[in-house]
Amino acid sequence: MLLELRSVERVFGGLRAVDGAGFALDAGEIRGLIGPNGAGKTTIINMISGLLRPTGGSIQLDGAPIDRLPPHRIAALGVTRTYQNIRLFPDLTAADNVLVGMHLVRRAPLWKRMAFLGEAAAEERASREAAMGLLSRVGLADRAAEKAQNLSYGEQRRVEIARALASGPRVLLLDEPTAGMNPVEVASIGELIREVARQGHSVLLVEHNVKLVMEICHRITVLNFGRVIADAAPAEVSKDPAVITAYLGSER
Amino acid sequence: MSLDALRDFYLTYQSVAAFIGLNGLLALSVYATLSCGQLSLANAGFMALGAYAAALLALHTSWSFPATLLAAALLPAIVAVPLGLPVLRLHGVFLAIATIGFGEVVRLGFVNWDFTNGAQGLVAIPQRAGLASIWLCLGLALFVFWRLKGSRPGMALESIREDEAAARTMGIDTTRYKLSMLALGAALAGVAGGLEAQYTFVVTPNGFSFGRVVDMLVYAVVGGTGSIFGPLIGAAFLTVLPEVLREVGPMVGLPPGPLRLFVNGTVLLLVILFLPNGIVSLPSRWREWRSSRRSARAAGAA
Repeated sequence: MLLELRSVERVFGGLRAVDGAGFALDAGEIRGLIGPNGAGKTTIINMISGLLRPTGGSIQLDGAPIDRLPPHRIAALGVTRTYQNIRLFPDLTAADNVLVGMHLVRRAPLWKRMAFLGEAAAEERASREAAMGLLSRVGLADRAAEKAQNLSYGEQRRVEIARALASGPRVLLLDEPTAGMNPVEVASIGELIREVARQGHSVLLVEHNVKLVMEICHRITVLNFGRVIADAAPAEVSKDPAVITAYLGSER
Repeated sequence: MSLDALRDFYLTYQSVAAFIGLNGLLALSVYATLSCGQLSLANAGFMALGAYAAALLALHTSWSFPATLLAAALLPAIVAVPLGLPVLRLHGVFLAIATIGFGEVVRLGFVNWDFTNGAQGLVAIPQRAGLASIWLCLGLALFVFWRLKGSRPGMALESIREDEAAARTMGIDTTRYKLSMLALGAALAGVAGGLEAQYTFVVTPNGFSFGRVVDMLVYAVVGGTGSIFGPLIGAAFLTVLPEVLREVGPMVGLPPGPLRLFVNGTVLLLVILFLPNGIVSLPSRWREWRSSRRSARAAGAA
């Protein structure tokens, strides 16, 4: 198990947003995390990435607990994310956004840059090239110099994915990566996620596009009212009566 | 212009040039924290620490001039760390208020410290700073900011300014970066204090009042924080403006006194209203205006 959540719980005042949810993620696995609005999906992503602390249960990466670590330490252990409500650095260019995402893998120390050492310049050039490479992977090479705030909604989502991939994470948390995209864009994001998983990264995918989830996920965890109501392969999940009830309501 | 006239001009205005340099350093000290989105107003306090440290060393020890400046930089930078750890958890106006509190505590501490003559302050400090040393320090500060821009830590600072939570999930230890910039700003304010003490040979607590840090902030904002030269330009503009009004005022019948301050304030207001990104944005604004006029003319001709 690469990432494991054990009866994780998060209470906001009187609301139990996540109420004892647990599941695990293998290396190279694409896991869908679905459920009706308010089921606790984004809260779980926020807890894994360290922006929220669980009020109960534990989250482990490689068997070591990470639920008490600050976000930057969790990122350094190889867990990065995108945001449902896009959180790019609006005044920076697309390329610079990705460059910030490379923070963890850039190495040349500042004093070498102050001393005009060629090593620092070479590292910077290599980083910029790598950032461009990531942008072309999400199909945005020609938009690299544009400020993030001037990009379209779908383009911004793709820059976020490139930024999250920039540090070569072991676990990629995607919070509704295809929201607001047209079917062609959705298909290309689906292909990108598959490719990322083939390279050995694990992906936790929160997504409302059921077709995409059914197509690309190895397993799907279904949440309702903060609890896991199903955890199975896509074909089984779609037949699960509890899932159908959660999504469509019960007959009567 | 004869050589004598040039010499007269230099003698008359060298102090203006020196204060442009000092105020430029102070503007950069505020810019340091602004560049990662933090409004810290502790810099008058940091400046006081640097000024008193340098003045005491110059008066009571045989330390060399550069050594006193080094002490003036290090003392506030060291104080900035324990101050920053709790207050940098605060944001926006709360951080501003907490840091103003620090500045006032430092000032009142010196008012009540008999060893430094309380409110009367220290006098007869050896005058060892001059145009060269002031502008050398300013040049060094500019160099550091210039090399920082676009570097790995420089990008991290920009990302913190844009969205702190997102920066943290990119693996950026935001507390460490914010603390470093607070300490860098403190060191710059301290050096400016050490230079000023040994340029004006006087240090009094009231030279480091709340008004002083507001001045620093205004230099940075009026000059523009989008470029490292903005704060310097703002400091130069606002240091020279009163001098210009003093010279030009009598020629246009503007009497000395409050009216001049009024004009000073009006100019400030106009800059903030019409150049929200500061004086450094003037060339790009001018180009925009020209190209929009050209396209309007082209549309009219067609």
